[in-house]
Amino acid sequence: MTTIPASGLGHSLDLSSTTPTPFGRLVRVELRKTRDTLAGFWLLLSTAILTALVMVIQLAVGITQDDVSLSYNSFLTSTSFSIAVLLPIIGIMLLTSEWSQRTAMVTFSLEPRRPNVIAAKLVVGLLLAVAAVVIALGLATVCNALYGVLSDDPTVWNASVAHTAAFVLLQVVGMLTGFAFAALLLNTPAAIVIYMVYSFVLPGLFELGAQLMDWFDSIRPWIDFNSAQSPLVDATMTGKDWSYFVVSGFIWLAVPLAVGLWRVLRAEVK
Amino acid sequence: MITVEGLTRKYGSFTAVDDVSFVCQPGRVTGFLGPNGAGKTTTMRVMVGLTPPTAGRVTIGGHLYNDIPNPGRHVGVLLDASAQHAGRTGREILELGARTMGLPAERIDEMLELVSLTPAEAKRRLRNYSLGMKQRLGIAHALLGDPSVLILDEPANGLDPAGIRWMRGLLKGYAERGGTVLLSSHLLNEVELIADEMILIGHGRIVAQGDKKSLLAGAHGTASTFVTALDNEALATALRTRGLTVASAGDGLRVEAEPVEIGRTAAENAIVLTDLRAAEGALEDLFLELTSETQREVLA
Repeated sequence: MTTIPASGLGHSLDLSSTTPTPFGRLVRVELRKTRDTLAGFWLLLSTAILTALVMVIQLAVGITQDDVSLSYNSFLTSTSFSIAVLLPIIGIMLLTSEWSQRTAMVTFSLEPRRPNVIAAKLVVGLLLAVAAVVIALGLATVCNALYGVLSDDPTVWNASVAHTAAFVLLQVVGMLTGFAFAALLLNTPAAIVIYMVYSFVLPGLFELGAQLMDWFDSIRPWIDFNSAQSPLVDATMTGKDWSYFVVSGFIWLAVPLAVGLWRVLRAEVK
Repeated sequence: MITVEGLTRKYGSFTAVDDVSFVCQPGRVTGFLGPNGAGKTTTMRVMVGLTPPTAGRVTIGGHLYNDIPNPGRHVGVLLDASAQHAGRTGREILELGARTMGLPAERIDEMLELVSLTPAEAKRRLRNYSLGMKQRLGIAHALLGDPSVLILDEPANGLDPAGIRWMRGLLKGYAERGGTVLLSSHLLNEVELIADEMILIGHGRIVAQGDKKSLLAGAHGTASTFVTALDNEALATALRTRGLTVASAGDGLRVEAEPVEIGRTAAENAIVLTDLRAAEGALEDLFLELTSETQREVLA
């Protein structure tokens, strides 16, 4: 048996030798939490596997079908079926798992400065988004090179700084949207359902509304964050596109995030 | 030292904790005792900053919990042993705690050994833990940062009798080295076994506090004693002539008097006693009486 030396005899705590928990340490702990459960580990791994799988299928189609010609960017765009879907879910789980598994009680009793914990989680989300981008760029490079070797079409390396930056922004925004919905709802299934409705059902409703009502058609670009992001895919953002992006992003990203954070920081943690 | 001053927490019109004040001294194990829903957990949650108080405050060693840097190094907290990710291994849960607090990895092994979790058990995921194992892990987690104050909510819940004895030894030793321990329970026996000092709470209010002796002394009515003699009849007659209240109980008698008085009566009358002891359950009667307004069961 080890003995427990009880320090701090006497009636008051001596805090002079204790330093506040450094932010970098919180980030490392939060990063560890994303992969130290089977569910978290497989979510991360399957994101990478799915990204590769979609590109390989695309590559196979490109090689076997004569009327399909592929480029580096078309490989990168295929991530809208993999990373773009799963990264927001990772963003959601970063936050909601603390509530669904009730670990927030332990997390916030070890670090009562809640803004620091949330900020550390946000940094982890951004790091994972960047990691996803790096993996996607690598896979697209490999697939495009294979395509050049295996198909009759010429290899097109249409990578550009603008494209890459737009791609990074797209993934980061996806992750942040998931994170914002999660902060608002603090519940994994609810946040995922709402996110799915937002990204798959809402665009159809917006389209329908725009077809039926002229006034709605004119305000739609300002409130439809999904369509505001589509010029990012081809890196063809104009000044007007950016203003659509900022305004609709404010509605769908900044507002839920702010309300959600306000709630997390004040909530009684159960 | 934990100081609770005029603490009140309301949820709408419901008052969970109503103007509660008490102090937990270093070097002592303080038991926080009350029926379910009496406000124990809410009070402890306010202590560690998870629940904002409606009024009043709690300081630990003179500081608000939220003002303590890296609080795990000063205050060990176990509020709910099940509030951990079911998919993490026991070891990983301690690993996360140790890393957050900036502790060396050896500390994890020390704590696992301290709470008698084997390396094989530490590799199992929490969903495969029994409640008793979760409690041991929770205590290991609370002790990780070598704190001088421990706040434990229902730590003995789910422990077997050997586990409760182990915890009593652990917490007593910890308090003897100068630590402050506050532990809650809704079971009187647990607290009676472990705590030096008791705070009884019911309906969000403190109904009594003190050590076991002073609580019993403060209770109205005299102490009662169980006694068994070779000749119970003769003893009962002798006791009644002294004006004591005697009732038969099991094999023997229950007498409303101190054991010494009964011993004296028996000696004077040359009656052989086979068993003489202060009645168990005196504290329990007191506990039930003090908290009766808030009991869910109506007392007979």
